[in-house]
Amino acid sequence: MIGSVGAWLSDPANWQGPEGIVARLNEHLAYSLLAVLIAGLIAFPLGVFIGHTGKGTFIVAGTANALRALPTLGLLILLVLTIANAMPAALTYRVPAMIVLVLLGIPPILSGTYAGVANVDPAVRDAAYGMGMTSGVVAWRVEVPVAVPLIIGGVRSALLQVIATTTVIAYVSLGGFGRYVIDGLKQQDYPQMAGGSVLVAVLAIVVDVLMAGVQRLTSPGRPLRAPRGQLRRQPASG
Amino acid sequence: MSLWNGIVDYLQLYGDKTLSQAGWHALLSAVPVILGLVIAIPIGWVAFRVRWTYPPLISLSGVLYTIPSLALFVLLPGILHTQILDPINVFVALTAYTVALLVRVVADGLASVPDEVRQSALAMGFNGWQRFFKVELPVALPVIAAGLRVAVVSNVSLVSVAALIGVPQLGQLFTTGFQLDSTAPIVLGIVACVVMALCFDAIILLLLRVVTPWRSAGASR
Repeated sequence: MIGSVGAWLSDPANWQGPEGIVARLNEHLAYSLLAVLIAGLIAFPLGVFIGHTGKGTFIVAGTANALRALPTLGLLILLVLTIANAMPAALTYRVPAMIVLVLLGIPPILSGTYAGVANVDPAVRDAAYGMGMTSGVVAWRVEVPVAVPLIIGGVRSALLQVIATTTVIAYVSLGGFGRYVIDGLKQQDYPQMAGGSVLVAVLAIVVDVLMAGVQRLTSPGRPLRAPRGQLRRQPASG
Repeated sequence: MSLWNGIVDYLQLYGDKTLSQAGWHALLSAVPVILGLVIAIPIGWVAFRVRWTYPPLISLSGVLYTIPSLALFVLLPGILHTQILDPINVFVALTAYTVALLVRVVADGLASVPDEVRQSALAMGFNGWQRFFKVELPVALPVIAAGLRVAVVSNVSLVSVAALIGVPQLGQLFTTGFQLDSTAPIVLGIVACVVMALCFDAIILLLLRVVTPWRSAGASR
């Protein structure tokens, strides 16, 4: 059985064309990276604001807990059925999928940014104020740079979560590696399903290792663990 | 409200089926957490006691955690020689995730036991086993329970993904809704999943309070 999966993966015909592995990899990465980018645009400023001002900390824990319990597949299909009719045909499935992926990407980046900014050594913050910096300058020039390793850690968890869940969007006819799982099941073609699964797993591990490297580069002599009370990232769904 | 009526209609037609799906869902979410805890305690203990095993064990569980669940559900039949629709695959996959999550939690929980406590147990003449089961493990329980809560709540939503490969559970309400072009079963499924997750969460909090009566009420994180 493992041999037939290897044969599927090593067949050059499976790598080329609009349904080939290279094209599916591009789709998978495009959906995942766009979703994490949008999630970052929302979560990063919010996390800096909450961490800097201490206002609205309940949002950080609240979103993480609520989204952990929410079934992604259900949300995706619900959005497809309810808002797809209001969309131009090309976006029918893409917009609901993007909403779900962005929602998943927000909590890790939000909690990473919040934790990084809120846990800046008070002495550092006081020194910055003592030098005459205004509140906004302290946040942007002092707290954010110090928080970078934890922010990268948040982006790392978000990427992992989103790459895993991008597999699921194949169920609503979109591309990415999930296609092989869904199509393989319909065609009773186990090597194709397993091959697709191997590809997603490898992609997730490679991205995680790369992000671990980035995290290490940005945190000289600093432990990589989040401060106590920050629970580890949740398992990647999808 | 038409959505409400839709849900009522759906339950009248498929109530029994939904109930058995909910039962399967509860089993598929809860059993792996129990198995995972039983497996993770000795491994976590080794990671804590034998210093050099900590980094490799934690890295290994990190890699396991990185593998998307749908991929694991599909790959396990090839490894275990089971049928693709066999619920065993879901049990094994979620047990593996729970172990991966809890090994670190158990090791860090045991490390959080204050040294004075350990010394007093030693002074009272407890041997190694007694010290572990009567002192170290109970003191580490709050930390372990926090990990268990994360594991069980995420399992509830991970299980629903297994609907894509046809394993019976509440996630099938989503695929059914998609096929029938009806939101009622989907909303029902989402609400049922969230309620189930909250119930499991509450059960663990309650159990923690029962087994650690020395902690003041409401002190749990």
